[in-house]
Amino acid sequence: MTTDLKKSLLLHGAVLAVLFASQFVLPAYHHGNLARVMILASYAMGYNLLFGYTGLLSLGHALFFAAGLYGMGLAMSQFDVGAGPALVCGVIAGTLVGAVIGMLALRTEGVAFMIVTLMFAQAGYLTILYFGTYTRGDEGFVIAQPDRVLLGLDLSDPTVRFFAAFTVFCIALIMCLAVVKSRFGKVLIAIRENEDRTQMLGYDVTRYKFSAVVLSASLSALAGAAYGILFGYVGASFASVQYSIFPLLWVLLGGAGTVLGPLIGTLFMFYLIDLSSGITTAYMLIAGVVLVLLTVFAPQGILGELRRRVWKWLP
Amino acid sequence: MSALTAQGLSKHFNGLVAVEDVTFEVPPGQVRALIGPNGAGKTTLVGMLSGRIVPSSGRVTFDGDDVTNWPAHKRIASGIGYTFQITSIFPNLSVWENVALAARRALSTPASVSQVVATSLSRVGLVDRQAEDAGDLSYGHQRLLEIAMGLAQAPKLLILDEPTQGLAEGEVTAFIELIAELSGETTVLLIEHNMDVVMQVSDFVTVLEAGRVLFEGSPDEVKASAEVQSAYLGGDDAAA
Repeated sequence: MTTDLKKSLLLHGAVLAVLFASQFVLPAYHHGNLARVMILASYAMGYNLLFGYTGLLSLGHALFFAAGLYGMGLAMSQFDVGAGPALVCGVIAGTLVGAVIGMLALRTEGVAFMIVTLMFAQAGYLTILYFGTYTRGDEGFVIAQPDRVLLGLDLSDPTVRFFAAFTVFCIALIMCLAVVKSRFGKVLIAIRENEDRTQMLGYDVTRYKFSAVVLSASLSALAGAAYGILFGYVGASFASVQYSIFPLLWVLLGGAGTVLGPLIGTLFMFYLIDLSSGITTAYMLIAGVVLVLLTVFAPQGILGELRRRVWKWLP
Repeated sequence: MSALTAQGLSKHFNGLVAVEDVTFEVPPGQVRALIGPNGAGKTTLVGMLSGRIVPSSGRVTFDGDDVTNWPAHKRIASGIGYTFQITSIFPNLSVWENVALAARRALSTPASVSQVVATSLSRVGLVDRQAEDAGDLSYGHQRLLEIAMGLAQAPKLLILDEPTQGLAEGEVTAFIELIAELSGETTVLLIEHNMDVVMQVSDFVTVLEAGRVLFEGSPDEVKASAEVQSAYLGGDDAAA
């Protein structure tokens, strides 16, 4: 068991080292992309905690991402809060929304859970549009450069932004690794594998699932708040159903229930669209074919397949 | 004081009577067998005792507490171990992790978990299979794994729903020895169809028929009872 732990620490450390180093080697275009991918991957990791590890498929995570985004953005635009406290507001907003949704949606299971989360997210999206006076609706609002200074660092500067994104990603990665290795995380996996059995081992399954929803929402909200600050824009499109489907797609591609799967999936999808749109305007056709091939030949995602074949120890 | 009592327990499924007015007591340390023909309501009854099924009426007390309104997980945490009639394990997790999940709820240190897992697995003879995925085990071994999961919780009361179903002959013998070791320290409630097992391990037998208690007595009395013979054993040579 301990050698597995060493291998896992080595692998995740190496991934972080590569990401860190890529700042110095990648051309500006890719290095901006990578900053974006790292934030979105953190969002996907939050999603993965609930979907990949606990086995709860939510179709409404955009609500949590948007709660972070708007919690941060509105704190800034309406209350003139600084970047640091605004970020905290975003995470708190996401956590609270997660708690409320968790309490309501966990009364359902399976398909009903998917529908209920989807409906709440749509309601959230429409709420943002309804309060257009403050949220500026579809058009959204820009976070001006002077507001994007945290601890004396200008987050609109590409290099600083990259390291800020890297920091958020590190937080997400370490948090996920810690959860997965913990007693709590092992109970979540047990719930995914056999909920009935887990309950009949004396675990309060509902309480664990609720904690998973809240944790997942907090991480998604952190990613949302960071996204708004780093890229300077808050808009309703991030609350749309598309942004609920994205993390599902990324996690499925990369490997549900693997810590690094969300990063691989997000990176893969991002560059798949980026590269194929360089070839043809019908880029979704290429992307679609690749996705179909992947689901046929690696139904457990890229890392899920790797774990099944070679790296059994992958967390 | 009794370890477990049921008072007037009934369960009706949309008018269908599964269990009707069952009252019985199990003293601490006893191995109690629950027998009866298919459809007699045995699994429904233990479902109500463990909290999986909400009774239509009646009360359950366990270890001095009225647990009737407790959710299943709380009853399990207070010392009831439960194994399912239809094997319910974590097929994609290792045998070791299956038992560790059972042990971990009550234990705080990884070392104590490892120790309990090792003891539980060795008691059912699955130590050398611990690294395998539980789903790769044979059906009989999965039954044994479930018993190990029950043992790992160090329950005050262990409820076993047809534990020997699908076990090979040698494994049944080992199971009988295991229950003999447990008796005295752990109260055991056993649903069992194999009459040899019932005769050898149980201190006391409750016979259920059509949702009601038909007869209670020692294994020998059950064997001798004409009532049970006709209802369940089907004749005097059917005991084998």
